[in-house]
Amino acid sequence: MELLEIVNTKLQEHFAADIESAEMLYDYPVFTIQKDKIHEVLKFLKEDETLNFHFLTDLCGMQTADEKQLGVIYHLHNMPKNYRIRLKTFFDISKPEVATATDLWPAANWMERETYDFFGVRFKGHPNLKRILNVDEMDIFPMRKEYPLEDQTRDDKNDSMFGR
Amino acid sequence: MNKKETPYSINQEVIEEKEYSTLNLGPTHPATHGIFQNVLKMDGEIIHEATPTIGYIHRAFEKLAERRPYAQITPITDRLNYCSSPINNMGWYMTVEKLLGAKIPKRAEYHRVIIMELSRIADHIICNSVIGVDTGAMTGFLYIFQWREKIYEIFEEICGARLTTNIGRIGGFDKEWSKKTWDLIDTFLKEYPKGLKEFSNLLERNKIFMDRTVNCGPISAEMALSYSFVGPNLRAAGIDYDVRVMNPYSSYEDFEFTVPVGTQGDTYDRFMVRQHEMWQSLSIIEQAIKKMPEGPMHADLPDFFLPPKEQVYNNMEALIYHFKIVMGETDIPKGEVYHCVEGGNGELGFYLISDGGRTPFRLHFRRPCFIYYQAYPEMVKGIMLSDAILTMSSMNVIAGELDA
Amino acid sequence: MAKEIIKRTKPEIAKMPEGLEGPGFFATKLEDVVGMARKNSLWPLPFATSCCGIEFMATMASHYDLGRFGSERLSFSPRQADMLMVMGTIAKKMGPTLRQVYEQMAEPRWVLSVGACASSGGIFDTYSVLQGIDKIIPVDVYVPGCPPRPEQILEGVLKIQEMAQNESFRRRNSDEYKKLLNSYGIE
Repeated sequence: MELLEIVNTKLQEHFAADIESAEMLYDYPVFTIQKDKIHEVLKFLKEDETLNFHFLTDLCGMQTADEKQLGVIYHLHNMPKNYRIRLKTFFDISKPEVATATDLWPAANWMERETYDFFGVRFKGHPNLKRILNVDEMDIFPMRKEYPLEDQTRDDKNDSMFGR
Repeated sequence: MNKKETPYSINQEVIEEKEYSTLNLGPTHPATHGIFQNVLKMDGEIIHEATPTIGYIHRAFEKLAERRPYAQITPITDRLNYCSSPINNMGWYMTVEKLLGAKIPKRAEYHRVIIMELSRIADHIICNSVIGVDTGAMTGFLYIFQWREKIYEIFEEICGARLTTNIGRIGGFDKEWSKKTWDLIDTFLKEYPKGLKEFSNLLERNKIFMDRTVNCGPISAEMALSYSFVGPNLRAAGIDYDVRVMNPYSSYEDFEFTVPVGTQGDTYDRFMVRQHEMWQSLSIIEQAIKKMPEGPMHADLPDFFLPPKEQVYNNMEALIYHFKIVMGETDIPKGEVYHCVEGGNGELGFYLISDGGRTPFRLHFRRPCFIYYQAYPEMVKGIMLSDAILTMSSMNVIAGELDA
Repeated sequence: MAKEIIKRTKPEIAKMPEGLEGPGFFATKLEDVVGMARKNSLWPLPFATSCCGIEFMATMASHYDLGRFGSERLSFSPRQADMLMVMGTIAKKMGPTLRQVYEQMAEPRWVLSVGACASSGGIFDTYSVLQGIDKIIPVDVYVPGCPPRPEQILEGVLKIQEMAQNESFRRRNSDEYKKLLNSYGIE
């Protein structure tokens, strides 16, 4: 609980208008930030002396339940003080663009490529935004809910036996 | 462009240009343990630039996990870092237990610790012996792989499988371990130190091995942190970050162990960190056996813990519960949770978003290999090809974890 | 009592083919001799991609020892290999590479598909996994399992050895074989 307050007070000083929510989920303080300010917030969290979130644990994408928005989730870590927080930012699926975090943490490079590969999120300023895990010729973004898991071009599977 | 003044002509421009040859360290290569490709721009024997391509074994785990109920996701987690599958399984169980808010009895947690440390030893056996093979020392591999067979026997007694174990349950273990299991573990604890000592004597202070691996592919602590290195690779660079110490889970705070840390982050440091971690794992297992508390082997989670098999075969209610749990027809709370465990390669994280349905809404695996392999082109700039191969094998890149 | 039951026989290194024996000569069919030679010296190309590859490492190690069946020398170059052992999941991205490796092998060549993923896609019925390598190359022996025990892999190799021993010389040039290769698009 204290970590939530510490980070929240610091963020409110500079970005009060952009924080959409700040809550404690299980054991993580979670902040939802406006998409346009996410880069400044990340930079502030990394460079502030007391907060010092120098380690990017994870960067992943998600699609909201109503399938109209995409989101990017950041997990940050301050190792000397053992602070861990989560940041989320959401944006419309028709215009999925967010600023990149590679200038802050080089580790974000491949993580953002993976998010682009799976969800189609374009990261502005990314040095090399191409597909990383799927074949280069793929033109869909497979993790979106609208696309099925199985390969639809198979003709040797008889689904009448198993209800799918 | 250098303007060179020679006695024969004035203002003669000498353009220094190097011609680089391209070498494809292709997806199928004996030395890359796993399939990933590196297109190298070489200046003779020195590497100028490396462009990695991965995804040759992308099996769509995250999309597959959205289709499977919670009890059926464990086989997928097995195949992430398949050299140490039990750690992945336990990480998944702990994530679900965190979501449910379940408290696991100490006895089950100590058993989990034993399994996880055994699989950590198994993972480091593979990595270290393969570093030896890449320097040409095949003997170490043959000698120490015997001990991996002994660990397989222990896993087989508990869960029936050798490699992709699917071990345990959400909530603990299904039953007490048999006497044969404990005998095998005791024999292993008595005999393995001799085997590890033999392997150490072959390689640790071997002049040829040290000449090959010292200063080979070093990485500084700042660069390692900025590339989000974790695990033995980060500890070799000098940062003592171990999830078991920083965010203890499954009663790791009850055990005393040291976290080995290197200085330079080169191949020799990574090798030695893993060697010392194996000794520490042995000590943790001994402590767990000595301090084993009494109690039940599983938490009281009737909606998630499969009922015992004798009841499933004889009792109607147990059969229905078994079916419901495996098919995911139980009530799952909504929420999102992130849990990390110290895998063979470092912080393996599970980010689970549940919307109350029978399958996860979103499950993301924070795979350490995928994240730290990005630094490989930086690490091999300017070193020779054979050193680059050693760097890759000492980073313990497992293709299953790289691509998921 | 047990001593009488144990028959002391000399172990056979390689079973001799049937033939006519005499002082200084041994006459048999050329196919039998070549079959025996091929059977006991298959050089595998381990195309190990994932978890089955670790079980293959265990098979090659000293406990289960593939080397005693003649496959001591692993060849990573397809030009020098007889047997392609595909172990692990083959993703669609990897398919062309596998196909290229198969085409580079010289006849006679055998393909062993180890594991459920290589045989049929395994548990990964997804958009990115090739549902069985027999979609792109002809396969001789399938070893199911996830992962198969080393004993099962050894049995797969023994079945290939049986096939190598009994294969006729004309098989690789026969119309039926050519038709099989053409059905995969391999000339």
